[in-house]
Amino acid sequence: MRYRLRVNPITCEAHGMCAELLGEIIDLDPWGYPILGSDAVPPDLVGHAERAVVSCPTLALILDRSSHARARA
Amino acid sequence: MTTMTTPLALPFEVSFDGPGLWYATRATGLVALLLLTLCVTLGVLTTVRFTSPKWPRFVTVGLHSNTSLLTTVFLALHILTTVADSYTDIRLSDAFLPFAANYRPVWLGLGTVASDLLIALIVTSLVRVRMGHRSWRAIHWLAYVSWPVAMVHAFGTGTDPSTVWVSALALVCLGTVLAASAWRLLTGWPDRKGLRLAAATSVAAVVLAGWGWASSGPLAPGWSKRALAPVTHASTVWSS
Ligand code: HEM
Ligand code: SF4
Repeated sequence: MRYRLRVNPITCEAHGMCAELLGEIIDLDPWGYPILGSDAVPPDLVGHAERAVVSCPTLALILDRSSHARARA
Repeated sequence: MTTMTTPLALPFEVSFDGPGLWYATRATGLVALLLLTLCVTLGVLTTVRFTSPKWPRFVTVGLHSNTSLLTTVFLALHILTTVADSYTDIRLSDAFLPFAANYRPVWLGLGTVASDLLIALIVTSLVRVRMGHRSWRAIHWLAYVSWPVAMVHAFGTGTDPSTVWVSALALVCLGTVLAASAWRLLTGWPDRKGLRLAAATSVAAVVLAGWGWASSGPLAPGWSKRALAPVTHASTVWSS
């Protein structure tokens, strides 16, 4: 199983919750919008990523999981 | 008398006849109202993006979700003690279908409406990720309806709002929710002045109407008769 993180730039409203909960991967730009360090989520951070996803007020943070290694290459 | 003594010889008796359950109904109702107030306030704090160095935003969101679940726990206890109590014959169906009860039907019915709204809010929030943001958000506006409805239910049905400490508690809840709503209106929809003015006006109208109703209704003498309670009141039955 592979986990990939992405942000929907249209619905993201720069609440910044995701950067608080997943600082290992997500930084905020000067306007408070998230910048992903990498879109692949290492296994030990999957729990934190899931929590960030459900905490995003606009559901703009999306965690895709795929069992195929190159599903969305 | 349907007093049940358990075979395990507990140091107390389980009774559905005494005033115990009725006290529990009142206590759990008040706790549910406090939690609901907290819940609405935390929801607003999430939306207005409150944060400080010691209070990250995920704390607000986490507390908002958890207090809403805790509210349903106390709401469930409030309903179960009401139904189990043998003084009134309020049925379990009265907790879901409003205005059909034979005890203060209108005011109890408003409690049912508030509770149905709360159930809708909780259920949709539990499946929010699958439901999508737009439809979830549309339903979540109902939170602003459930709070005043629950408040009117508390005054219309409750035994205690006429006491000083419960009215003080209700005032604190009202003040908190009003402050939160004001903050919401001051920060939201910057380009829609008319909409915000209309919302503020309707909040003021609801508060004034509620205030007038409470002082001429539940807080004035003779309310239990006008609210269509059964002829004898709990306090006269058990006051010996
Ligand atoms: C969000 C939903 C609800 C909230 C926040 C709420 C809250 C309250 C509060 C604060 C009181 C006043 C207690 C007191 O006098 O000290 C009360 C009374 C009462 N509620 Fe609710 N309630 C809700 C829903 C319901 C429902 C669905 C039922 C029906 C089964 C119900 C049945 C009653 C009854 C019978 C009383 C009268 C208790 C008394 O005589 O003091 N409530 N409620
Ligand atoms: S929590 Fe959601 S809205 Fe806020 S910055 Fe992250 S993705 Fe955007």
